[in-house]
Amino acid sequence: MASFKPTKIPIYPKLGEKVTQDTVYWKNYKAPVQIKEFGAVTNIHFSPVAPHNYAVTAFTRIHIYGPFSQEPVKSFTRFKDTAYCGRYRSDGQLLVAGCEDSVVRLFDVSGKVALRMFKGHTKAVHVTDFTSERYHIFTGSDDYTCRLWDIPNATELNTYQEHTDYIRCGVTSKLNRDLFITGSYDHTLKLFDARVDKSVITMDHGQPVESVLLYPSEGLVVSAGGRYVKVWDLLKGGQPLVSLKNHHKTVTSLCLSSNGQRLLSASLDRHVKVYNTTNFRVVHNFDYAASVLSLALAPDDESIIVGMTNGVLSIKHRKSPEESKEVSHQQRRRPSYRVFVKGKNYMPKQDDYLVSKPVREYLTKYDKHLKKFNISKALDSALKPEVTVAVIKELDRRGTLKNALAGRDEKALSELLHFITKNMVDFRFAPVLVPAANMILDIYRSVIGQSPVVDRQLLYLQDLLQKEINYQQELLDVLGMLDTLFASSVPRKELLSQPHSDSFMLFVYFKFKTKNSKEIKKKGERNI
Amino acid sequence: MVEHGDIRVVHRGGIARYCRFLCERGIFCCCRFLLCGSGYEVKVFSTSTEECIHDLRAHTDLVTGVLLRPSNHLQAYSCSTDGTVRLWDYTDGILIKTYVIGYPIYSIYTSANHSGVLFVVTPTSDKRSEFQLVAVHLPQSGDQLVEAREFSAVLSDVSSNPAATSFGRGGEYIASAKGLQLEVYFFKKQKPYRFFLKEDNKKGGKNTFTCLACHPKDDCIATGHEDGKIRLWRNFNHKKEYTYTTLHWHHSAVSSLCFTPEGTNLLSGGIESVLVQWRYNQESQRDFLPRLGAAITHIAVSPDGALFCTSHSDNKITIIRSSIQVSAVIQGLVKGDSVRTDLMVDPRSKALVLNGKPGHLQFYSLQRDKLLYNLDIVQQEYIHQSGLEQFEVVKAAFDAYGNWLATVEERKQKPTELELNLKLWAFDEQTQSFMLNTTISAPHEARITAMCFCHSTDSQTTVLVSVSKDGHFKAWQLAPATHTEDEGPSWSCDFVGAYHSLVPECCCFSADGSLLAVSFQEVVTVWSPASWELLTTLSQPPGAIRNLCFGQLTCSKYLLGTTDKNLLCCWNLLTCSLEWSTSMDVSLLLSDPFSENMAAFCCQAGCTDLFVFKPSEPRPLFSHKAVCLGKVTRAVFAPREKMLESCEETSQWLNHSQLYFVTQYMDLLTFTTKAEEDRLMASSKQLVISDSVAMTPFSVLLGKRSQQEGQEAASSLLAERTQLPQGSAAVRELLQTPAHVLPSTSFLCSMFVESLLISVTDNRKKGRTIYNYFIVAQQHFMSKIE
Repeated sequence: MASFKPTKIPIYPKLGEKVTQDTVYWKNYKAPVQIKEFGAVTNIHFSPVAPHNYAVTAFTRIHIYGPFSQEPVKSFTRFKDTAYCGRYRSDGQLLVAGCEDSVVRLFDVSGKVALRMFKGHTKAVHVTDFTSERYHIFTGSDDYTCRLWDIPNATELNTYQEHTDYIRCGVTSKLNRDLFITGSYDHTLKLFDARVDKSVITMDHGQPVESVLLYPSEGLVVSAGGRYVKVWDLLKGGQPLVSLKNHHKTVTSLCLSSNGQRLLSASLDRHVKVYNTTNFRVVHNFDYAASVLSLALAPDDESIIVGMTNGVLSIKHRKSPEESKEVSHQQRRRPSYRVFVKGKNYMPKQDDYLVSKPVREYLTKYDKHLKKFNISKALDSALKPEVTVAVIKELDRRGTLKNALAGRDEKALSELLHFITKNMVDFRFAPVLVPAANMILDIYRSVIGQSPVVDRQLLYLQDLLQKEINYQQELLDVLGMLDTLFASSVPRKELLSQPHSDSFMLFVYFKFKTKNSKEIKKKGERNI
Repeated sequence: MVEHGDIRVVHRGGIARYCRFLCERGIFCCCRFLLCGSGYEVKVFSTSTEECIHDLRAHTDLVTGVLLRPSNHLQAYSCSTDGTVRLWDYTDGILIKTYVIGYPIYSIYTSANHSGVLFVVTPTSDKRSEFQLVAVHLPQSGDQLVEAREFSAVLSDVSSNPAATSFGRGGEYIASAKGLQLEVYFFKKQKPYRFFLKEDNKKGGKNTFTCLACHPKDDCIATGHEDGKIRLWRNFNHKKEYTYTTLHWHHSAVSSLCFTPEGTNLLSGGIESVLVQWRYNQESQRDFLPRLGAAITHIAVSPDGALFCTSHSDNKITIIRSSIQVSAVIQGLVKGDSVRTDLMVDPRSKALVLNGKPGHLQFYSLQRDKLLYNLDIVQQEYIHQSGLEQFEVVKAAFDAYGNWLATVEERKQKPTELELNLKLWAFDEQTQSFMLNTTISAPHEARITAMCFCHSTDSQTTVLVSVSKDGHFKAWQLAPATHTEDEGPSWSCDFVGAYHSLVPECCCFSADGSLLAVSFQEVVTVWSPASWELLTTLSQPPGAIRNLCFGQLTCSKYLLGTTDKNLLCCWNLLTCSLEWSTSMDVSLLLSDPFSENMAAFCCQAGCTDLFVFKPSEPRPLFSHKAVCLGKVTRAVFAPREKMLESCEETSQWLNHSQLYFVTQYMDLLTFTTKAEEDRLMASSKQLVISDSVAMTPFSVLLGKRSQQEGQEAASSLLAERTQLPQGSAAVRELLQTPAHVLPSTSFLCSMFVESLLISVTDNRKKGRTIYNYFIVAQQHFMSKIE
């Protein structure tokens, strides 16, 4: 005697975003903390040393925030005009910033007044950075020059006048004290060596360069300009590796995740995209309320900080492990431990005869009813839409669906109709629910007009079907257009290629569905 | 059976070899044995071990009934349509007597009160469709073969269904039902009473009688009806004042009824496959044994009432304890209406795989002629109800190593609402069975007509190709998991192909997996599975392609196809041209994967002919006219465990593999060679000898001894030569063989001891010598074992 086989609930394909390792990782952040700054946030830079404060450059100020503070722990306000590019030195002691008034200021993190003022540029300085040996500063300015300064003497060491437009981004090498890269609005990236008087490598980006990023290994450099993000191989003399075009507005900022496996790009189109650095595919996407100007990741990806044009600084902190678990599993009250292990922890002795207990099979409520052929009850006891549809399908297979639907009072019938109107347009359930709805109309045709509740629902159903039909017709129009496009673009071949046949199948499906809905519509009209 | 040279066609497949006449009533003989008519023979099963103990073979036609002899419970009657009743000693499997009746017999009844009389149902001599119940007086004679001449008709116009007639309490009356009429014949009064029912009752149920049982201790007749009702008739010795009560649980016809020997319970069964036990006089109390697997055809109870047995429509007997618990299942090859899937051979277990129980695939071991297991494909509760459309397994395919199994199940309510599921099963090493890996619902728009795996042995990925009536063929491939929530790799569609919107029919991979041939009506297209490019097309109009087959091994450059316009074509794929063609109406073409041979079944005038040939030469190697009646629907080449070394030209094609085929009447047949049959016969004889040695070793020893005495006296010379037990070749062989390859010691012991015995001509010393040798031998044996 075989045991009863429970009803199989089919697993329907989930619609929408596919859940990958990356989505799990990048979704694991708390709701963002929003801080209003005085103006557009142009730069965010993390201190390399713990506790990893970060400097936020916005309008005429630089605010320093602690890792979890919502108020600035410190602010530098002695700027005459808009400040640019506040960056920490590698020991986290000094901070340098450019300014619209062409003066570069150097601050002690604990002080308030600038330690040094470097004057020499003639226009706004948008790029400043420390070199890796810590005693020099590199700056780039709108006067098309970039300069090297000595910190102790506050003197200019060298000037490079190679760019032919504003220099808006740049970065120094962390491994070599003499190398730095600049990106300019003249569409080029240049690699400079402090030991010689001119650039070593020039790379043509093709768009005004907005941001430059060096890989930790410093073999690759990433540049952003226009809608493009490009990766260059420095070891091959600046050969372009990849060109990515995933944003639909200018890309403004770049950043690498802490392990160097993911690249993040921020754009004026209000998106931050995450790329896999092995195949350069987009693996995740963040949406923001306004155009993003600056982006930074805390060490270990503990938080994502984004500065926007409307002056809002958005900080997302990573969830702690307990928090992320709490969300995924809702804690259910379980029987107490004592009850749970009762008799289970008894160890059989040597000469004990073990009587094995047959494993008891637990059936769900609807399966219990199905086992006893209580078909109406089985239908009523199925709750979730997938389960209900599976039970309807099972009843249809048993040839007893009509009996299960029949003989209902007003309340039970309106519940059933409610379920059908709610789920019938779902394409996963339509093939099962359309015949069921047909059957209901057939069964209760004679009692239409006796209950206002049921009548209202039937009218609603009619309305819904009309809408669905219109919708399907529109879709068919679109598909027809698409097919002509496909036909003109794809060279004629004997075999159908995969996408083509998919669209064909979609077409067939829609056709099928429309036909069904029309059928039921007709029935409905006839009855009502 | 058909004789042809030294190759014979033989039947295979468990309990009932003829599906058209599934196992006839099983009857119990005490609690230990179960007798059951099966085809031309009666089988004796052990109720505890489920093994078949004896095949009682003597009838030359179908056995229709088996019955215990009331006066001696160690003997049983069997009747057959060959017109004989035979009396058997079923414990030893010996035919005692044969009574020749002269008319085909459809059922047999006896009662303890009517000694020397058998009641048989035979057709009336003038009309074959009408049957009568005849009492046959058995002549007292010592001969083996007796002709019974004394007949007297009891009832005319009875049903040929054995369940529709039964003896009443103490054999006082016999009741028989046919159509809407119940007839009771009282032997004392010598007159029948007839009771009629209306054709339909008020609620539209059908009142037709289906079966009948009489209470053993009470005047009560239980009848089963078409509409599922059971009526209990009482007071039927009056013409007018009879009464009946109605019991209703079954929703469709009751097919069998049976009272327990004490009459306390009534058992009933039908198509619902639920055994219902009603308490006599307390009919509201019922016990159920549901989900027995298939419709119940017969119910029998053992004479002591401890065991029930039900026989089912799927070639199965279930033995049930009186506490309504299944104790044993005797299962033959499960036979449905047709084999929808092809015959296949599981590459791992070498078992034959085909449709089994509804929604299952059965694995049938050909070597042991036994059902291994049923694999549940549909995984849905089967509703036993006639006229219900259920999911059925229609296609199945194994890959080259048996790691993957693909199945297609379909359910067709209306032509537009076809439900299709493609399921892929992975072999699990731990559980040693197939586990569901992927379910693809609606893989095609229309019915799948063919499906095959790529049989290449070296490629990394497995490809499955399915061909459907919707005009496409699809290639499915195992893809690694892309999502985090998935545990393992699953199958997905890799390619969809079509050709000029023609409907594809069959597909076939070449032996090395480098080519795929798909037939589109009369065009054969050849594709490369590596790039999915159309390489070439071959066609031989007119006539759509019916079968496609690649040659194997050295003939792998040939592609063979048969068309429905009676043409067998062989294309050479190197030149892409027709090599040869011949006009034959081939209904089935298949290739032997273990040799170059191909087999073609041709249907002609109600018979099927077989031709075996090599693609390289259009001359047949072997041909066999009229292999069987009707059409051969499916066939398969199964590998042999051990290669045969036959060098005769006609039987060489059977060296590597064996050809099994199924006819349209669901008979499973195969070919055997003479040498093989001889070997089988020899081994079965050996088994018979060792079987009869059952009791205690000592009694056997003496018994055997006394039998062989006469012969051994003659061969005294030989005995003297083999004085020492160690000198015997058999003993040496036994002792030198490694222990792990030997059969169990209990099996060997008697033969071994026998071989050690030395016959002594001196009659005076006989008894003692034997005893001495026995001791010596046993000690020797024991020491060797230790």
